[in-house]
Amino acid sequence: MNSSLLSLAIWVPIIGALPLLALGSERRELVRWLALAVAIAGFAVTLPLYLDFDRQFVGMQFVEMAPWIPRFNVQYFLGVDGISVLFILLNAFVTILVVLAGWEVIQEKVAQYMAAFLIMSGLMNGIFAALDAMLFYVFFEASLIPMYIIIGVWGGPSRVYAAFKFFLYTLLGSLLMLIALFYLFLQAGGSFNLLEWHQLRLTMTPQILIFVAFLIAFAVKVPMWPVHTWLPDAHVEAPTGGSVVLAAIMLKLGAYGFIRFSLPILPDASHYLAPMMIALSLIAVVYIGFVALVQADMKKLIAYSSISHMGFVTLGFFIFNQIGVEGALVQMISHGFVSAAMFLCVGVMYDRMHSRQIADYGGVVNKMPKFAAFFMLFAMANAGLPATSGFVGEFMVILGAVKHNFWVGFAAATTLILGAAYTLWMYKRVVFGAVGNDHVAELTDIGWREFLVLALLAAAVLAMGIYPFPFTDIMHASVDNLLKHVAMSKL
Amino acid sequence: MLNNFVMPDLYPAAPELFLATMACVILLVDLFAGPARRWLTGSLTLLTLIGCAAVTFLTFDGTSSLTFANMFIDDPVADFLKFLVCIAVVVVLIYGRDYMAERNLDKGEYYLLVLFATLGMMVMISAYNFLTLYLGLEMMSLSLYAMVAIDRDSPRATEAAMKYFVLGALASGLLLYGMSMIYGATGTLELGLVAQALQDGVANRTIMVFGLVFLVAGIGFKLGVVPFHMWVPDVYHGAPTAVTLFISSAPKLAAFAMALRLLVSGLFGMADQWQTMLMIMAVLSIGIGNLAAIAQQNIKRMLAYSGISHMGFMLLALMSGVVGRETDPMALVNAYSSAMYYSVAYVIMSLGAFGMVLLLSRAGYEAENLEDFKGLNKRSPWFALMMMVIMLSMAGIPFFVGFFAKFTVLLAAVAAEHVVVAVIAVMFSLVGAYYYLRVVKLMYFDAPVDSAPIRASVDMKILLSANGLAVALLGLFPNTLMMLCTATLVRSL
Repeated sequence: MNSSLLSLAIWVPIIGALPLLALGSERRELVRWLALAVAIAGFAVTLPLYLDFDRQFVGMQFVEMAPWIPRFNVQYFLGVDGISVLFILLNAFVTILVVLAGWEVIQEKVAQYMAAFLIMSGLMNGIFAALDAMLFYVFFEASLIPMYIIIGVWGGPSRVYAAFKFFLYTLLGSLLMLIALFYLFLQAGGSFNLLEWHQLRLTMTPQILIFVAFLIAFAVKVPMWPVHTWLPDAHVEAPTGGSVVLAAIMLKLGAYGFIRFSLPILPDASHYLAPMMIALSLIAVVYIGFVALVQADMKKLIAYSSISHMGFVTLGFFIFNQIGVEGALVQMISHGFVSAAMFLCVGVMYDRMHSRQIADYGGVVNKMPKFAAFFMLFAMANAGLPATSGFVGEFMVILGAVKHNFWVGFAAATTLILGAAYTLWMYKRVVFGAVGNDHVAELTDIGWREFLVLALLAAAVLAMGIYPFPFTDIMHASVDNLLKHVAMSKL
Repeated sequence: MLNNFVMPDLYPAAPELFLATMACVILLVDLFAGPARRWLTGSLTLLTLIGCAAVTFLTFDGTSSLTFANMFIDDPVADFLKFLVCIAVVVVLIYGRDYMAERNLDKGEYYLLVLFATLGMMVMISAYNFLTLYLGLEMMSLSLYAMVAIDRDSPRATEAAMKYFVLGALASGLLLYGMSMIYGATGTLELGLVAQALQDGVANRTIMVFGLVFLVAGIGFKLGVVPFHMWVPDVYHGAPTAVTLFISSAPKLAAFAMALRLLVSGLFGMADQWQTMLMIMAVLSIGIGNLAAIAQQNIKRMLAYSGISHMGFMLLALMSGVVGRETDPMALVNAYSSAMYYSVAYVIMSLGAFGMVLLLSRAGYEAENLEDFKGLNKRSPWFALMMMVIMLSMAGIPFFVGFFAKFTVLLAAVAAEHVVVAVIAVMFSLVGAYYYLRVVKLMYFDAPVDSAPIRASVDMKILLSANGLAVALLGLFPNTLMMLCTATLVRSL
């Protein structure tokens, strides 16, 4: 199969962003509509990826290959399997939401704001589609630039600190990864082709060293405990759109890195270090869950809840069974929807009150009933209530974990209590009760644009919770293949 | 000895001869044109340099030839570097024209010094004998000392020139002393014969190592790497910005050529010795350059320290040619071509960065503090974007040329089994990312303090935009330049 769909998915948003930059910040209305058009076009070109995806076929589909840097045998090599295709769709979908969410809130430098998000969307599609390690790496690092700008220009009071922390933290990890990529390049006899790397034989010591280099890169991005500290800062300071993309897509890059790089290239090291990975994941799930409980800032609370949920994802990967890995992937997609929705909900309130402190709210339901209903649904999904998407992934991972080891599963299951506790307690304090103060009394309910954004997400969350088959079906063959790779020793 | 005169083949030296002749013509033209027709000198200088680039391009034939009794070599690497030097100097002149005119510094001397410095660099690039090399080096250096002091009334510039001159003279002395040692051990000044003597094992190794240390010190000084870097920040800071732009660009290519000729063409037999020396210098430069740059408030000083770290990266590639004691042609090509690629990429970025400083400066006002970049995005989104591209490129973030420069260098280092050094280098480039990002922060996150509109001539604006776009496009399509560096090097080694 040869098509240019993946190239389109990458370059349509990026090239579409250029006229926005050229238009400048004068004609705001035009810029917004144009940005929306580009985002929708970007989503439209990804749809055939899902519809025409061959579910039985094991391996990469929609493959594109062209020499990019023949001097070092770097290829412009794109392709998706059942795992990555979902993230490209999710990314393109979230981009539309972000454009809509920034419609009225962003009044300064509108063109640059929209362009930054569109460019980032294209770059992240590139990360998910790249099958050449260097191509992956350049997209991986380049995606830091727009996010740095977004946090720094449109962020909150200590945005500068957060932007630097975000950038340098992530760069630290990826630079070590670069050295590991060079090593693999030389071992593979001068090839950056990821699929060839999956077959590459490596002895234990290099495997472990490379695993550690990759771990630092991906763990920062996921983020795993203890390198998670940049995330709460970045989330709190970023504008709503930034938080949404950060939580929904950027965090997935690290986890995606584990399945594309660490597991298949370094199966022996993965097995050897799995207990450590499981321990780190459980610390994230349990300890960060407690940390989330005591947060006074809503965005911080959701940020910590994200870390805790991502702990589930890494846990699912490193128990090496089908249901665990699939559960982790479902959890990634679901978290993409739910965390995006949670941040949008906080954004809706923040736009009206200019406060993220839980204490400043109370009784919001009296003034914003429609909003409260949506927020309720997303809070439940975040807590992992059955019939929402949050339940499916967590349940599958817990099942897988119990299969692996009862006590691991037991520890993971505490999230059902913790998650419910911190989310619902926050929800109760913010939404229920009597009207807290005069500011809350002046709140107005959501407008049609906000309604549309939240409704789209609500539909996704419910659909995935009630009938997850379309999501699991597409990834089935690829996960199978992945596990086969992981089970094969390379020693 | 020589009993009869043989006319040397002048063809390989055509660009130099053209440049030397034109420089003498311009000297006379300037004398008679007088201050009223100063534009004539400037335009003729530009045309000469463009002509020189054209001559270099037209006489390029992809082969190596020696002339002037094997003192002068014309090989593809030389042609390529000379061409780039001419282009870089043209860019320097256009960027600096308004700046120099506003300060009444664009006298005939300025243009002539530029021409003679360029001639010196070209001779350096083509040197195949210690004497030719030294002649070219001194021609370049003396012109540069005078250029730094061209603003006679500025105490800061005079101080900088003095420092530059004293330390530069010391370095030249060291270099000369090293050369004399090697001459003593091998009995020849010709690089090829030195290499031959090393291979035959007839040279006294102790004296050779002794001489090598002095040579490496001299090279280190001209490149501006730790521990011979003290002059760099002061000179960059003290010199008029247009001159800083000049010092930071083309001479780096010449210094790279000098290192390549001396160490690779001449003293390759002692690679195991000088590689270790270069490794120490590279690691120290990358470390100290990046750490010291953080503390700078003056962008010229910041870029000076950043330049030190970039030259450290270049050395990192230069020291990766020979693994153990085995000479693997593939490793050689990868290492030296990536050093060359790094130098070229650095020159392109450095031109852009100092060009931006010049763009923001105007009559009676030096925009040389980091603060002056505050809110540039409000004042001019386009040039803020260009500066961001250049800064991120210097930090080594893809998709810009600086990333691929670091890519090739680190790959060469890892291939040479210098993994630990490579890890140290990337960790310090993480430190480096901080101060480049700070410039981006000032431009994008902060409000402007200076709201004067940006005034510059159209050609400068176009050229500066082209420069920024080149940094981006050479990053999106890095293969061509990489291949050029590799191909010329393969044909010259």
